[in-house]
Amino acid sequence: MDNFSQAATVVSVTCPCCGLLCDDLTVQRDSAGQLTVKENGCARAVAFFARAVAASEPRIAGKPATLQEAITKAARILGDAKQPLIAGLGTDVDGMRAVMNLAETNRTTLDHMNSNALFRNMLVLQNSGWFNTTLTEVRNRVDLLLVVGTDVVSVNPRFFEREIWNKETLYNQDTAKREIVYLGGRGLDTSTGIAPDGRKPDVIECDMDRLPEVVGALRAFVLGKPLIANEIAGVPAATLQNLAQRLLAAKYSIVTWAAGALALPHAELTVQHLAALVIALNKTTRSAGLPLGGSDGDTSANQVSAWISGYPVRNSYMRNIPDYDPWLYSAERQLQNGEADALLWISSFSPERVPPATDAPTVVFGEAHMKFDKEPDVFIPVATPGVDCKGTMFRIDNVVSLPLQKLRDSKLPALAEVLRAIEQQLGQEQGAAIC
Amino acid sequence: MLTKLSGGTVYDPAHGIDGKVMDIYIRDGRIVERPQDTERIDQEYKLNGKIVMAGAIDMHTHIGGGKVNIARSMLPEDHRHDPAAHSGACRAGCGHAVPSTLTAGYRYAEMGYTAGFEPAVLPMNARQAHLEMGDTPMIDKGGYAMLGSDDLFLRMLAAKKDQNAINDYVAWTIAASQAIGIKVVNAGGINAFKFNQRFLDLDEKNSRYDITPREVLKTLSRAVYELGVPHPLHVHGNNLGVPGNVETTLNSMAGVEGYPMHLTHIQFHSYGVEGDRKFSSGASRIAEAINKNKNISADVGQILFGQTVTVSGDQMSQFRNAELGSPRKMVCMDIECDAGCGVVPFKYKDQNFVNALQWAIGLEIFLLVDDPWRIFLTTDHPNGAPFTSYPHLIKLLMDKSFRKDVFATLNADAQTMSTLASIDREYTLYEIAIMTRAGAAKLVGLHDRGHLGAGAAADITVYTDNADREKMFAKPDYVFKDGQLVVKDGSIVKVVWGATHTVRPEFDRGIEKEIKTYFDKYHTIKMEHMKVSNDELEDGGRSKIIVQECKGRREKTA
Repeated sequence: MDNFSQAATVVSVTCPCCGLLCDDLTVQRDSAGQLTVKENGCARAVAFFARAVAASEPRIAGKPATLQEAITKAARILGDAKQPLIAGLGTDVDGMRAVMNLAETNRTTLDHMNSNALFRNMLVLQNSGWFNTTLTEVRNRVDLLLVVGTDVVSVNPRFFEREIWNKETLYNQDTAKREIVYLGGRGLDTSTGIAPDGRKPDVIECDMDRLPEVVGALRAFVLGKPLIANEIAGVPAATLQNLAQRLLAAKYSIVTWAAGALALPHAELTVQHLAALVIALNKTTRSAGLPLGGSDGDTSANQVSAWISGYPVRNSYMRNIPDYDPWLYSAERQLQNGEADALLWISSFSPERVPPATDAPTVVFGEAHMKFDKEPDVFIPVATPGVDCKGTMFRIDNVVSLPLQKLRDSKLPALAEVLRAIEQQLGQEQGAAIC
Repeated sequence: MLTKLSGGTVYDPAHGIDGKVMDIYIRDGRIVERPQDTERIDQEYKLNGKIVMAGAIDMHTHIGGGKVNIARSMLPEDHRHDPAAHSGACRAGCGHAVPSTLTAGYRYAEMGYTAGFEPAVLPMNARQAHLEMGDTPMIDKGGYAMLGSDDLFLRMLAAKKDQNAINDYVAWTIAASQAIGIKVVNAGGINAFKFNQRFLDLDEKNSRYDITPREVLKTLSRAVYELGVPHPLHVHGNNLGVPGNVETTLNSMAGVEGYPMHLTHIQFHSYGVEGDRKFSSGASRIAEAINKNKNISADVGQILFGQTVTVSGDQMSQFRNAELGSPRKMVCMDIECDAGCGVVPFKYKDQNFVNALQWAIGLEIFLLVDDPWRIFLTTDHPNGAPFTSYPHLIKLLMDKSFRKDVFATLNADAQTMSTLASIDREYTLYEIAIMTRAGAAKLVGLHDRGHLGAGAAADITVYTDNADREKMFAKPDYVFKDGQLVVKDGSIVKVVWGATHTVRPEFDRGIEKEIKTYFDKYHTIKMEHMKVSNDELEDGGRSKIIVQECKGRREKTA
């Protein structure tokens, strides 16, 4: 058993900051519980673990309250609502399981803070599908990496270090010879795409809002369709034709994108082009897609929601059955239209992810350093999984999940404990054995 | 607490009991000998005229893990047709092809099942499989860990490592993934597909490793046997769905050279190339081979008509067959230099020649295999049909006139290619109890399940005898799980969580040094983080781990 009151150096720590879930960090703890990343931390991880132990006192309307008082008040707000909403959902698997139970008991609607980005992928999965891969396959196999509309590093800082410029592979590939092509966007930071021997990546720029055309044209070239155009959104047709040929010639190309970076109307159609392009490549050679990004437990929330209710978020138990609607159950829309009459906002990892402005009564269970322009009706600071409590989280590839460690004693309650207490308080628990 | 089930007609093939009227006593969740007359019976259920069997066991059902959850996420349109409202003890969910975990557990229990085994636990995805099974109430669970296309195993084989080292790696994998058996899917083929090979027949070489599926099957079946794992190597053959694959399947049976092997969803691997359409039934040859080779067992993977979804570790086959899917969408994945997966929605149609013949081939195999201890009732849920169709399948097996009536409505060309109409066999209740209880427990290695003898867990199902076997098996009167009444008149009255069954064969821990080096060099997570700990399964009281007995490690057998 760890003695959290003693200083220690903890190795093989898993970082929950982004979808990569790097699990090789070394973190030092002092006797006060202050953490410092000593090895293998990106800037984001360093800042994340360096957050001080914060006061654990809940607040009701800005005034200090006991945990029990705050739970009672929160339960009343959610229980009195006709169309309650739980949004944010910045939590891990354990927290999300408790969210699902409370939502089911209290006939609540669910949405994640990253849903706008998540749907750029989910709608493709549901409409036509894809052929994707996972990080260890990337690390060992990729010979041509096509990065679309993102620099990758701003969402997954260590991606190139860990999966592209690794020294050894299972099949004795010279990783320094891996080819990197950036497609779309302008002025991206492509420095991490520079090979260890100094070879620069190929960069094909276009305005982000013209990316759909460029990707569509690339797909057409991969399919061998004739295209009557000399240029597409400023990109010479010959450049895309050449890229298509390189993809067709590669042994294991990977096409990657970060849904969050594709802030375009109907970006799902662009992701669908990419997915279809990969499937077409697989007629003759091997290729795979790789959605990157991920934060605030978004992958975990969707996984848990899917196995417990059958649907990813945005879903709702309002009708006493699970119900799914990517448009209707948008938290933003529900709040703007005054449909939701109470909001529970959850953000266990990121203090800066505060709830959207709303007149609806608001309860926040969040990271202890959260600051609000408008103080919520109830605020309960909760443990951050992987720091203050243990947990489980899914990686961006949706396949690998990792245990998160408790690194210090902070007295903050785990989200699941608070939610279970609320569910009990609501006194509606049917079948006490279900927890 | 002493409970008496009195006067029921008991079918308990593990003890040779074939429809005998007798009493059963339950204490503290276990079946006990008849107590002294002086002991007080706390509760009695009068079961005169009722049929009593052990709780049913599904030895091959895709209920948890990555590909199942991909299928759930992919198919909102399927869920919408089958919502399950919160009612009584049960939380809301949804059903049909890939039910939510809660609904899956409730529905299994409501038709008298008390255990289900996830057959494709990718070691790198084992945590997810257990998370989902942990959220599946009512039934006991367990999983078979997938090996055979993982690069570490193929490297060991290519390096001609000693069988003992392989055995250690296999046992380590079972422990790390908290599994009860080992499965191989398209032996070596999932790996070969990553090198752009599109087929891999039994004696074809993986282009990278120079290894054939035959070597994989032989090495792994031997490893499982030498480790003393009760469940024989669980094999999803090469060339799934390919006309002519009956030859591959027959050769695979011979390829394990007498080691025990279980061939799963064998219906999908029993196709010939006769007839105008070059697609025919290989069922009689398959059944004959099973009858002859006592080291071989099989489950059928029956298809039934309607919408479902196919989920498989065999991404090579799934990608090949994706264009046959309906609705037309597909997810395939290459996974962690470990395995792969493919998800393709599918609609089996009774007027489609191939589908109708698949239906007939499955039933032919059921009816032509003599020994019900070596053939098992599955639809490879959800690949052939959702598990909720089992009562219908039982009726097809037990009622020849019903079967023949259905057959007569199918695609006419398919009818001419099947001998089904000439087969008069009807399964008896005793045989059904073997296939779905005693035999399944024995095959999986569940020493305290699937029978009604003293010491067994009191997982018991009580039915009202009904000539319409579909109605009878769809709605038991009572289901007891570990001695507690959980289902009454086909509805859940109490929610329980069930246990996770595992085995822990002995192995030399020294193998971890090699595995750790491999992880550190090539993987993207630490070896320690891949292992699923006991706490992860048992925390929160969601499951408890039951370690079933192994037969002890055997010395080299070859």
